[in-house]
Amino acid sequence: MGLPDLPFHLRLDPLSGFFLTLIGALGFIVSIYSIGYVKGFIGHRPVTSLAIFYSLFLAGMFMVVLADDAFFFLISWEVMAAASYFLVMFEDERTENRRAAFLYIVIAHIGAIAILLSFGLMAGFASGFESFNGYTFDAMRHASIPPHWAAVTFFLAFFGFAAKAGVIPLHVWLPEAHPVAPSNVSALMSGIMLKTAIYGIIRVAFDLIRDFPWWWGAVVLILGLVSALLGILFALQQQDLKKLLAYSSVENIGIILVGIGLSMTFASFHSPVLSALALTAGLYHTFNHAMFKGLLFMGAGAVLHATHERNMERMGGLIHRMPWTSALFLIGCISISALPPFNGFVSEWLMFQAFLLSPALPSTLLNFLIPMGAALLALAAALAAMCFVKAFGVTFLGQWRGQHNPEIHEVNWFMRIGMGMTAIACLCLGIFPTAMIRWMDVIAASFVGGELSESAGAFGWIWLTPISHERASYSGPIVLLGLVGVVSLVFLLLHARRKTIHKGPLWDCGFEKVTPRMQYTATAFSMPVRRIFGFYFHVRERQVSKHLLDHKAFIKSIRYSLKTRDRFMGWLYQPVADVSFWIARKAGKLQQGRIQVYLIYSFATIILLLVLLR
Amino acid sequence: MSEMVSSYILEVVQIVILLAAAPVFIGWVRTLKCWFQGRTTAGIFQPYRDLIKLFHKDIVLAENASWIFRITPYLIFGFTVLIGAIIPVLSVDLPLSSTADVIAIVSLFAMSRFFTALAGMDIGTAFGGMGSSREMTIASLAEPAMLMAVFTVSLASKSTSLSQMAQVIAHGPLVLRPSLAFALLAFIFISLAETGRIPVDNPATHLELTMIHEAMILEYSGRHLALIEWAGMMKLYLFAVLGIASFFPWGIAEAGNLIAIPIAILVLAVKLVLAGVGLVLIETGLAKMRLFRVPEFLGSAFLFATLGMLSFFMLE
Repeated sequence: MGLPDLPFHLRLDPLSGFFLTLIGALGFIVSIYSIGYVKGFIGHRPVTSLAIFYSLFLAGMFMVVLADDAFFFLISWEVMAAASYFLVMFEDERTENRRAAFLYIVIAHIGAIAILLSFGLMAGFASGFESFNGYTFDAMRHASIPPHWAAVTFFLAFFGFAAKAGVIPLHVWLPEAHPVAPSNVSALMSGIMLKTAIYGIIRVAFDLIRDFPWWWGAVVLILGLVSALLGILFALQQQDLKKLLAYSSVENIGIILVGIGLSMTFASFHSPVLSALALTAGLYHTFNHAMFKGLLFMGAGAVLHATHERNMERMGGLIHRMPWTSALFLIGCISISALPPFNGFVSEWLMFQAFLLSPALPSTLLNFLIPMGAALLALAAALAAMCFVKAFGVTFLGQWRGQHNPEIHEVNWFMRIGMGMTAIACLCLGIFPTAMIRWMDVIAASFVGGELSESAGAFGWIWLTPISHERASYSGPIVLLGLVGVVSLVFLLLHARRKTIHKGPLWDCGFEKVTPRMQYTATAFSMPVRRIFGFYFHVRERQVSKHLLDHKAFIKSIRYSLKTRDRFMGWLYQPVADVSFWIARKAGKLQQGRIQVYLIYSFATIILLLVLLR
Repeated sequence: MSEMVSSYILEVVQIVILLAAAPVFIGWVRTLKCWFQGRTTAGIFQPYRDLIKLFHKDIVLAENASWIFRITPYLIFGFTVLIGAIIPVLSVDLPLSSTADVIAIVSLFAMSRFFTALAGMDIGTAFGGMGSSREMTIASLAEPAMLMAVFTVSLASKSTSLSQMAQVIAHGPLVLRPSLAFALLAFIFISLAETGRIPVDNPATHLELTMIHEAMILEYSGRHLALIEWAGMMKLYLFAVLGIASFFPWGIAEAGNLIAIPIAILVLAVKLVLAGVGLVLIETGLAKMRLFRVPEFLGSAFLFATLGMLSFFMLE
């Protein structure tokens, strides 16, 4: 297969296997969900293009993780990017969708250029810049790259993959593209497409380059922390449910990068076990994030399907009308908030354990700084819990906030099964971490030479003891069993004697005229955070009140508007866009549309070339 | 075999003490507060009477309450009892103590808070949402400080497992470690915020604009309210016990040493009495602060914990 003289190479190693499983698992589940979801489009618009690009998108991701040469890798990478571009464009009659898709494809291609350059450098060093033979990953592994060129190579690749993963400050496409894509596609994009970028980073760092100084890891760690913290702060400010989930993906990619960065730092100091612990934590979180973010996007899709509404400020009380969706969405919220006994907790706990072991490093500077990173990660995790209390509370609890009361029904069985399977995966990954770690241990063993499964499962599958049982231990099954035991015991004891439950109107401290409009809104919920961390956002708050009898005491109506924006758009992207438009306009003046002028251009070019290339 | 049986009995004893002692502890704090403020007291057993009264009452449930609202009291109670079974209070050798280390215990508290906040939003009143929003904000700000304090304490014992931490400190030479002193200070600040005491939240108020925790549970009544109140009492007790286990573990019984248990109970009672005095001194001496001063308060907790870590690296 392939071009003449440029055959394609495919290879299945433990890392590819891990990501293949991930893509296959979520791809399968989301496809079941899609059967139900796409039914909503039938009759409104042709779905053929959706089906074709959906399959191409999945195929592209499979090929990316299987590719064993730069050539095939980039082709698959572009197949994936182009297919997802058309999927984002699916409902292309709206301007915002076209704008989001354009932004997405631009950033994806800037990233792809960086990856191409990086592979080019490695291939060049592999073959001594003489032939094309260095394009296989195998040749790159054996290339000897001088240290500063190795740094250039790694950071080019990192930049390219970071653009795909949505690492801050390259995240701006994510909150635009995820919300406008059909929800099954958002689930795939957020759940697994971002992970192919993680795959790329791990492949380049641990497999192709292998030998790196500690500061590469530190840079990855810092960018991960920035993404985690800012991502969740931005997520908290969103009123659009899918936008909130998109920003939360930025946060989770940050957390995964924290694990990878820590692992790289530990690996550069030759502590294989610690490095394996951090890498396992990062990969575990990768898997977890695919499951719970897939679940949450599918849930958001179900809500969108039923209410035709994305704005949380106009929702509420859905738990009474969509019991299945709300229960499953709640499981996703608990998992992503890193709360026991679900899966998000296990990976973040492993990550904290890796952080707490950093005093073993010989560098004093790192001994001081790495704990700070742990504190920032703790802050991000706690804010995530707040963010998802808001997401679930405003959407599903309380009362319906919309103007009119539409008919809302629970979604069909295909969608429920899709969500249910990810929810079960979330619980299982939280309760049986030892089995999962034993399965994925071979990745860490082959890249950093450390094994975890010996110590992690030393006391049987019930106890997770990452380093030793004296150091720290956690048992998901016992937490779950203990909780279920105590709760059912108390429940039975209290229900031994029948006691009536009187239903009554809301009490609300005796206030009588409560209306659904008086509920706490999503904007109000995040107000304390907006005030405390206000300097990160671009906040514009306006309040206009109309008065009766032109007196301040008699207020007739108040109009309040709030705009919270990401500062990066204004700081980083607007200047670049402005400059490129300016250059384009200047260059445009060359085109006069008159044949004489063009002839002069050609003549001048020939003269110039004759002078230069004598 | 007998050792295993005895450790399970110990576990049960510890849970019974938790259930019984938590109301007494809160009663002691209230009594002491009354004495300090020159009021007459209702006695240290008043919380029992309150609980019994609430358990006997019927429930008035809002019409639009969902299952989240009804399951939350049981979950909060369950999580709190589970944590009480995990923290080594009487003996370092409990069958459940390795279920979770300090970080996991903090997360278990976070889980019960998560459900409390959801229940606050379930009815759809403005108070409930306000309480949830404030509670989650304060909890998020407390989290990094908590982790830093845990980190500092774990530097000395090279472990985050509470049994191990208690053992290392109880058996080590009796020296004043500056890192632990700073971490203790940070821990006290965090505990005040997490358990909703003055100066962060006032447990005795139902003044609308200042309440945080109470705002979330306004709509509860009957046995639901009783469970939540009881869990709240246990939470205060558990934070006191968590502090005792990680900073003042002396007197805790060794593995398999059953004779030491009565002494351990006695020592624990003395420590709790003193903890109550400390709490009342803080609460009487300080005024409740504005909500947006709390970030500074928790920021200083973070600072103390960081100083503790730095002093460990520099001095120890």
